[in-house]
Amino acid sequence: MRKKARYVNEDLCTGCGSCAEKCPTPAVDTFNTGIGQRKAIYKYFAQGIPSVFTIDAPSCRQLGQGKKCGVCAKTCQAKAIDFEQKDRMVEIEAGAIVMATGYDVFDPSVIPEYGYGRIKNVVTALEFERLLSASGPTAGHLDRPSELTLEKEIEETGKEVRKLSARIKQLEEKQGKTSDEVISQVKAGASDEPLVEWAKQAESLAEMQAALAAMNRKMAAATTAKKLAFIQCVGSRDFRFNRYCSSYCCMHSVKEAMIANEHDREVHSSIFCMDLRAVGRGFEEYKLRGGQQANIEYIRGRVAEITEDEAKNPVVWFESTTERHVKSEVFDMVVLAAACVPSAGTARLAQLAGVELDTNGFVKTDPLMPLATTRPGIFVCGCAQGPMDIPESVAQASSAAACAAEAVIGAQITLKATA
Amino acid sequence: MAEQIRIGVFVCNCGSNIAGYLDVKALAEYAKILPHVVFVRENLYTCSENGINEIKAAIKEQGLNRVVVASCTPRTHEPLFRGTCAEAGLNPYLFEMVNIRDQCSWVHMQEKEKGTTKAKDLIRMGVAKAALLKPQEPIQSEMDPRALVIGGGIAGMTAAMALGNRGYEVTLIEKSGELGGLLLKLDKLAPSGADAVAVARKQADLVRRHPNIHLLLSTHIDEVNGYIGHFQVSASTNGSKTQFGTGVIVVATGARVFRPAGLYGYDGEKVITQLELEEVFKSGAFAAKNVVMIQCVGARNDERKYCSRICCMVAIKNAIEIKEKSPETGVKVLYRDIQAYGTENEALLQRAKELGVIFIKYDPARPPRVEAGKVIVHHDLLGREIELPQDLVVLSTPLVAGEDNEAISKLLRVSLDANKFFLEGHVKLKPLDFATDGIYLCGNAHYPATVREAVSQALGAASRASIPLSKGVMSVEPIVSTLVDEDACRGCGLCVALCPYGALEIVRGEKGRKVRVIPVACKGCGICAATCYHHALSVNSYSDAQIGEQIRAFLEESA
Ligand SMILES: Cc1cc2nc3c(=O)[nH]c(=O)nc-3n(C[C@H](O)[C@H](O)[C@H](O)COP(=O)(O)OP(=O)(O)OC[C@H]3O[C@@H](n4cnc5c(N)ncnc54)[C@H](O)[C@@H]3O)c2cc1C
Ligand SMILES: Cc1cc2nc3c(=O)[nH]c(=O)nc-3n(C[C@H](O)[C@H](O)[C@H](O)COP(=O)(O)OP(=O)(O)OC[C@H]3O[C@@H](n4cnc5c(N)ncnc54)[C@H](O)[C@@H]3O)c2cc1C
Ligand code: SF4
Ligand code: SF4
Repeated sequence: MRKKARYVNEDLCTGCGSCAEKCPTPAVDTFNTGIGQRKAIYKYFAQGIPSVFTIDAPSCRQLGQGKKCGVCAKTCQAKAIDFEQKDRMVEIEAGAIVMATGYDVFDPSVIPEYGYGRIKNVVTALEFERLLSASGPTAGHLDRPSELTLEKEIEETGKEVRKLSARIKQLEEKQGKTSDEVISQVKAGASDEPLVEWAKQAESLAEMQAALAAMNRKMAAATTAKKLAFIQCVGSRDFRFNRYCSSYCCMHSVKEAMIANEHDREVHSSIFCMDLRAVGRGFEEYKLRGGQQANIEYIRGRVAEITEDEAKNPVVWFESTTERHVKSEVFDMVVLAAACVPSAGTARLAQLAGVELDTNGFVKTDPLMPLATTRPGIFVCGCAQGPMDIPESVAQASSAAACAAEAVIGAQITLKATA
Repeated sequence: MAEQIRIGVFVCNCGSNIAGYLDVKALAEYAKILPHVVFVRENLYTCSENGINEIKAAIKEQGLNRVVVASCTPRTHEPLFRGTCAEAGLNPYLFEMVNIRDQCSWVHMQEKEKGTTKAKDLIRMGVAKAALLKPQEPIQSEMDPRALVIGGGIAGMTAAMALGNRGYEVTLIEKSGELGGLLLKLDKLAPSGADAVAVARKQADLVRRHPNIHLLLSTHIDEVNGYIGHFQVSASTNGSKTQFGTGVIVVATGARVFRPAGLYGYDGEKVITQLELEEVFKSGAFAAKNVVMIQCVGARNDERKYCSRICCMVAIKNAIEIKEKSPETGVKVLYRDIQAYGTENEALLQRAKELGVIFIKYDPARPPRVEAGKVIVHHDLLGREIELPQDLVVLSTPLVAGEDNEAISKLLRVSLDANKFFLEGHVKLKPLDFATDGIYLCGNAHYPATVREAVSQALGAASRASIPLSKGVMSVEPIVSTLVDEDACRGCGLCVALCPYGALEIVRGEKGRKVRVIPVACKGCGICAATCYHHALSVNSYSDAQIGEQIRAFLEESA
């Protein structure tokens, strides 16, 4: 096994986080599915175990960009930062192996008609979970990605405006004239290089200030998302991508719509589905409760296309099977229930372990020996074996442990000759 | 000299779960002025490794002898914090948890000021109680290393084999005369195509020949007493009684198929259930030319709200079977949602469609009507009623809870859900354990399941059951009832009758009839202590004095 370098000594790091506080390099927050930022030295998420920081080498100034930095090393009182750390090969001997390598979320940007990646307010269910999370990047408020982007633009433009106006103010003070005077001079034909430059900058400042004001007006008028659409079977039950059903997505959409409504009673959700698969204990009851108490409407049908209107609202086009014609409806945000696909390393791991995969790319098992892979002594549980929810994954984990224990103990049971 | 009480208080932000709605800085400041409090710390996440290390350091450096954490719920986090105290050398029962999240910030999201005041009250109460806490030692008891499995279907047989293979002695009790359960009545099993009876028989043969499995057929359980590690079971086989002990119990009693009497003209001949169709297949008598299947018969309605999970798969399997046997036979499936979840079931659904099975969605508000030679159903896409010819109607009926479930739930003191299926301890994290220690569940007894699911649950239940078995000795939380005043006890037995866990008994000793607590069976619910007129019983860490002090603190004004 390769143990990747984290550039932080695990035994020394106390997890205090002062390094991340001082680190000057922002990076994309992968845990929060790219919504929001973290630092180049980071902990994946607050409750992560072990509580040890890691340097994201490609983002880091010193490790990734070849610049001089080392701010974290200077800050760390535990002297835990180690830029020289290397990946290590670790060998262990085991009598049995359990594969529990889970799943990845299908990338819906390959479905052009849904506009994911192009239309800001179309997000995946996983991204939506982060928006809903009280400890997520929006503290659980349903701020729309378009507004989150706008907020960032306002911040960046504001910074530019402040920088530029400080520079111009300095010029005005030094030269003892106002920018307006300079602009008139240039208009009147002054061709002195510094003056022309000054006038150009003053004009662009005015433009930027106007743009900033417009953005601020737009921001002030924005509200959190109230009208949500959930699109089921995105990349699942679709012959172009994955033929199978991802099992848990019907229920996570109901759950997300319920939670959104708990956060804000005005939220209304439309769930577009072919079948709503609510097959576990209490699931059907939960689904009904969503309809009765949480403003959830279940609409039968496969969504054909998602477009965007001028106000950045996604527009959902679908055929109403009950009214039998094509309709469109405007939403504040669209959530895609993207399929459960084999995690990226599954094929490689299967090859190394010498186990077969099924036609969908999950680890192959026999319906009558559900934890056993095609190789004795290697077992598989959870989504590595196929899409399933948490209770089933947890139950299977215990089962895989039982199988592994039996294999390790090497039970010497001699069956009685006859019954 | 009395020990000087030194309390440390840790106030958790829980990210923004608490800090987003309460003024945690004010809470921390407030905690500093409370009696005996010598140290206060505010953490982003007290449960993170950082937070834990801070508690440990404070116990050592500040000489804390009581720790209070004001954070989330003891249900999930108390064991962690108790363990932290123990690691730092403090008796873990000198720890008190105050729930300012689930019981405060989450329910007062819009009322920061009032919520903060309430959190102060809660912290003041917790600190007041903490001052009176007494150290406790865990209770240890030997384990009977044997196991009992109830139910000899595929789930029960699999669990028994797994435990037997690990070297434990297993008793398997089946009430009928034969092992195999529902599988004995089925034809082929989806998705493997295996012969259901052959699968059941093969497993039954292994069970019968297993040296560690003691099989009791045609046996009925009469009584179960005791608790994890020490269950006493009485059972009768054809009138003759047996008694034996066991350390753990696995419940695998399966479920029954709902009989749709009075629905859609059910008559068992021309209108039959899927189970009866499988019997027709087995007998080789299948000859219909136009089959209509109706889903959710007796399921997903007001009386039985749940979806039975497997009947759509069964209908698809049998539709394929018909098409493969007799391609010219028309098969229509009238459904509400087709529950072909996962990889294998969805593949079956596609196969059925390829073979020409027609799926038509119906609206429960306009259910299909079965008439002579035809079924009439409203077709949503066409917007009108259509007539489907039929010479056989097959009703997909749900699995319903086993008839013995209520009796078993009383015998074992375990819970049932609203539909009388057995209820696990935690829906996400303990899917195979009951809330009562030492008892586990799997298969249809829990909820309708496919064979794949039932087998994997059975292996899992065996794995869970083997944890206490392999320890030999078990250790129980000492938060249990204690006879604190033996002289006060009159031996009236009122508490014995009320204890839901059978943890009390009356014994005659030198001082006459007195109650005795069986600590390993006690769950610390406190019913006995609340009942006793003479205050003879008290629950550790919840004594009258401790709770009284909490109430007194509550009635004080918060500053
Ligand atoms: C948006 C969304 C919402 C959901 N909501 C719910 C819900 O409310 N309730 C519910 O029951 N289920 C829900 N689910 C389903 C749930 O996420 C899965 O059931 C569960 O995560 C499966 O657990 P797992 O351990 O099998 O896989 P994972 O959670 O995927 O864990 C696999 C782990 O293995 C690691 N790993 C992968 N490859 C390797 C490798 N080669 N070497 C070492 N490590 C590796 C991964 O990093 C990961 O930590 C939801 C799913 C989604 C997408
Ligand atoms: C029509 C139909 C078709 C099906 N087809 C398929 C299929 O194709 N593929 C598939 O995977 N699954 C199928 N199933 C589901 C399959 O039957 C179940 O997954 C399986 O039976 C579950 O096994 P079990 O051991 O949990 O329960 P059961 O098979 O019900 O066994 C329970 C056992 O416990 C015994 N018992 C009950 N009460 C007591 C008591 N008090 N004391 C002692 N013993 C007791 C019973 O007598 C029985 O032997 C089908 C089900 C039906 C109804
Ligand atoms: S669970 Fe629901 S949304 Fe997910 S693939 Fe299956 S049917 Fe589609
Ligand atoms: S599995 Fe299908 S037939 Fe059975 S209750 Fe659920 S939806 Fe109805």
